[in-house]
Amino acid sequence: MTTTTPEAASSATTLLRFATAGSVDDGKSTLVGRLLHDSKSVLADQLEAVERASADRGQHTPDLALLTDGLRAEREQGITIDVAYRYFATPRRRFILADTPGHVQYTRNMVTGASTAELTVILVDARNGVVEQTRRHAAIAALLRVPHVVLAVNKMDLVDYRESDFAAIAEEFTAYATGLGIPEITAIPISALAGDNVVEASATMDWYGGPTVLEHLETVPVSHDLAHCHARLPVQYVIRPQTAEHPDYRGYAGQIAAGTFRVGETVTVLPSGRTTKVSGIDLLGEPVEAAWTPQSVTLLLEDDLDVSRGDLIVPAEDAPATTQDIEATVCHVADQPLTVGHRVLLKHGTRTVKAIVKDIPSRLTLDDLSLHPHPGLLAANDIGRVKIRTAEPLPVDSYADSRRTGSFILIDPADGTTLTAGMVGESFAAPEPVGAGADEEGWDF
Amino acid sequence: MTTVARTEESEEGTDGPYALSHLDALESEAVHIIREVAGEFERPVILFSGGKDSILMLHLALKAFAPAPVPFSLLHVDTGHNFPEVLEYRDRVVAAHGLRLHVASVQDYIDRGVLRERPDGTRNPLQTLPLTEKIQSERFDAVFGGGRRDEEKARAKERVFSLRDEFSQWDPRRQRPELWQLYNGRHAPGEHVRVFPLSNWTELDVWQYIARENIALPSIYFAHHREVFRRDGMWLTAGDWGGPKDGENVERRQIRYRTVGDMSCTGAVDSDAASLDQVITEIAASRLTERGATRADDKLSEAAMEDRKREGYF
Repeated sequence: MTTTTPEAASSATTLLRFATAGSVDDGKSTLVGRLLHDSKSVLADQLEAVERASADRGQHTPDLALLTDGLRAEREQGITIDVAYRYFATPRRRFILADTPGHVQYTRNMVTGASTAELTVILVDARNGVVEQTRRHAAIAALLRVPHVVLAVNKMDLVDYRESDFAAIAEEFTAYATGLGIPEITAIPISALAGDNVVEASATMDWYGGPTVLEHLETVPVSHDLAHCHARLPVQYVIRPQTAEHPDYRGYAGQIAAGTFRVGETVTVLPSGRTTKVSGIDLLGEPVEAAWTPQSVTLLLEDDLDVSRGDLIVPAEDAPATTQDIEATVCHVADQPLTVGHRVLLKHGTRTVKAIVKDIPSRLTLDDLSLHPHPGLLAANDIGRVKIRTAEPLPVDSYADSRRTGSFILIDPADGTTLTAGMVGESFAAPEPVGAGADEEGWDF
Repeated sequence: MTTVARTEESEEGTDGPYALSHLDALESEAVHIIREVAGEFERPVILFSGGKDSILMLHLALKAFAPAPVPFSLLHVDTGHNFPEVLEYRDRVVAAHGLRLHVASVQDYIDRGVLRERPDGTRNPLQTLPLTEKIQSERFDAVFGGGRRDEEKARAKERVFSLRDEFSQWDPRRQRPELWQLYNGRHAPGEHVRVFPLSNWTELDVWQYIARENIALPSIYFAHHREVFRRDGMWLTAGDWGGPKDGENVERRQIRYRTVGDMSCTGAVDSDAASLDQVITEIAASRLTERGATRADDKLSEAAMEDRKREGYF
């Protein structure tokens, strides 16, 4: 879905990646359809196709949910079974929306969508308030360390737009989410069906003085102060032209995963531990003095070190520890289970190494955050703790410090299936009172 | 040339000095994907049609490896009904960058009796077999396509790394979840991965970037006079590929193309946009999506694209 409104044609906007969580019953498809429709991102031929398809089914009004349903299997079953990406723009911003279905069995889709999101919109039905599923969605946003969370309290029209209903839900959710360590929560009362506070401010809810969903999406910060981030460059590829023009050029290409690099700074190459200075930075053919995440660059080093794909370049005074023993919170995303003793490949940054699952200390139930000790295996959509031994030392960060260098995937060496998504270190930013049945091994679930 | 486009501080001061413009963010992501393929695959190839998306892909690849040459070859599936301006452009680019070009020819398959001309004269659906056989015979293990998720509903769920079996078939249930920026390119011998570095770009992003980088395009993207006739609500180029037929009248009109494909299924729009800026202005004001207006093959049926992707089409 593309927007091409004249106002959106400015070429100096920023980009926000966000995700939605909620079920069909919460009106999520209608919210997404409304965002696209009211921001004029639905073009004439798309709307015409939706009107045609709605009429074919005997519906009298265009079903905005049809804008966002893709595969034939889904149309037949009337459900959404995977992450779909949607695109729209306003004069202020370009948006990439990871639209994920809200059914319980699709935890992995939500984890996938949240993994690249800077913001998550969690939808609740004003009549039902915070339910089990809402708590699951909050827990996933907290686990994936999504910086901004929006609670969209939908169907306000069905509770007569009462402020007290909204305030009670917002308060309950904020207390819960803050307990999980979610750093920023914005609650917005909306009616996706009637259009209140999605794009246009509600005429009915004059008691609400905050932004509409779209206004909030347009103004939330997309980049953060990088001064205190650990700088990290996973080397993707070594560029050596060996031409008459560039006989000695040797550059280390990669996308800066975190922080800032500057010419002249002293860096260490891991895992070798050799130290040198940055002699130059090429920003796609343009020499620059400094570069930062998420720019793709080529780093030039003073000394002729043996650097190759899979290495990590870091500031000399701020290097992560290397380890062969990783403890992480994981979401299992494959149909075949993950078991203790499983031999896998682990991809971290630009490096893939052999690894073995040494232990699965616990499985986490998202509804109430209770722990199931030593489950023995993790099935599809399970979230749990694992201990992994790698064949080679890896320079891993804690996921809390760096989403890109604190994350990894496990791959089945036999058929290449992506098995598991992993986040190094503690699960939640804030210690939670542990549910019954937990074994005290120092995890702060 | 790229400059580090620091965005203007907005009124609320929400975008700090480190915020990239959306074009810089998309460019950085695409380069990361392209370099990842260079690092993980043996024989990557870029599908190159001479259309704007493949031109953009090549431009990004040139930037990704500068000052070294691009470590991939190019593959063009020639339907036999291509615009001559586009073929000339293709050959010029290949020569200018010292690239190697592979061609898979639909005409060749028709001449050999392997493929049959469709009654409607459309050759786009015939591209699948020559493409998949060329991938097999050349043992390409990664194939870059210019596909974007915003183009069509079935593509909204496409992965950046899309696994294909030895028949090039796309099985939606076998696609792997893609988490963070960790792309999984593992595949069995005979299988390959289709890679879409422009997944997150929209049509407008593509045009804005082409304008910003000042990338030369084939002339048919700009307004010019041409003999066209009307079919299925589109202006098609008159030619011996199969038009006009009885009852279709040729007119001389000033038009431009928004996408470039096979002559039989690529429609033009009335336009007087002679420069990139004018094209962008027209597109931004347009109330029709790119493919809806100009590509007959996406209209075949609501599930047409999904079915063809399963067969190995893009």
